[in-house]
Amino acid sequence: MVLLTVIGTVMIVAAVLAVHLRSLLGAIISAGVVSLFASIVFLLLGAPDVAMTEAAIGAGLSTVIFLFALRRTTGKDHDK
Amino acid sequence: MIKRVAILGVLALFIALLLGRVAVPAPRSGPGPTGSAYIERSIPELGAQNVVTAIVVTWRGLDTLGEVSVLFLAAAGVALLLRTLGGGRGGNGPPRRDSSEILKTGADVVTPAIVYFGVYVFMGGHLTPGGGFQGGAVIASAVLLLLLAFPSYRLRHGILTAVESLSGAAYVAVGLAGLVLAAGFLDTRVLPLGIPGRIVSAGAIPLIYTLIGLKVGTELAAVIENLGGRR
Repeated sequence: MVLLTVIGTVMIVAAVLAVHLRSLLGAIISAGVVSLFASIVFLLLGAPDVAMTEAAIGAGLSTVIFLFALRRTTGKDHDK
Repeated sequence: MIKRVAILGVLALFIALLLGRVAVPAPRSGPGPTGSAYIERSIPELGAQNVVTAIVVTWRGLDTLGEVSVLFLAAAGVALLLRTLGGGRGGNGPPRRDSSEILKTGADVVTPAIVYFGVYVFMGGHLTPGGGFQGGAVIASAVLLLLLAFPSYRLRHGILTAVESLSGAAYVAVGLAGLVLAAGFLDTRVLPLGIPGRIVSAGAIPLIYTLIGLKVGTELAAVIENLGGRR
């Protein structure tokens, strides 16, 4: 229960950051952090199937796709 | 001013709703009547140890077919937009810095293991947590690692398209076979149920999840390559 509260707090902070950060790169990373911790919550609540989907698609692929889209739209390389 | 009041009002409403949910926990322990019915019927009727998979593939199979179609449409949209709009950009940008030796060697070692793990996840979906979507996403992440480590790497779109369309068509064909051989469309009892716990058991569930895994994996890999690989 304590762990869930801590993770929930981190998720809320990261979600607010994702909306309010000026840097788009930082916002994308914060959104990824929300998904990553959401998958841990799913695992703790006994839903490993959903946790796997959330970790692979929410935290992994969609974050990367946002990063690719950011690189394509700004024309600058954000690799550094 | 009015906007701000409206935002605060909506926030207060959400907080009130959330507090209501948290303050009144469900006194029931264990699954409800619907859940119990699913748990009881999953092994005798479908031979699937993983109840989630039994629900997703068989009892809610039509929803899964819909999800696969939505993903297909999304991948087709990405391919259409980026190939027509971004086709002329290849080769214009500055040459990319080569990846580091650590990343290259690591990708060499880890990529086969990731692909095998993805195959394990979608083939064992009826026994352990996992399934076609998860396994396909894992395989697509292996492709992503390859693209990051070797930026000049190109996927063969002909093979990807062939695997994707064949597995999608085969999924619908298995569903239609259920119409003739079993109780209805997407009934997985077209194949013998076998012994629960074996890798080849639970009727057509492993077959369907393998097809979905191949389809999702190739679709997501094509999306990733279209978005990130063409520089």
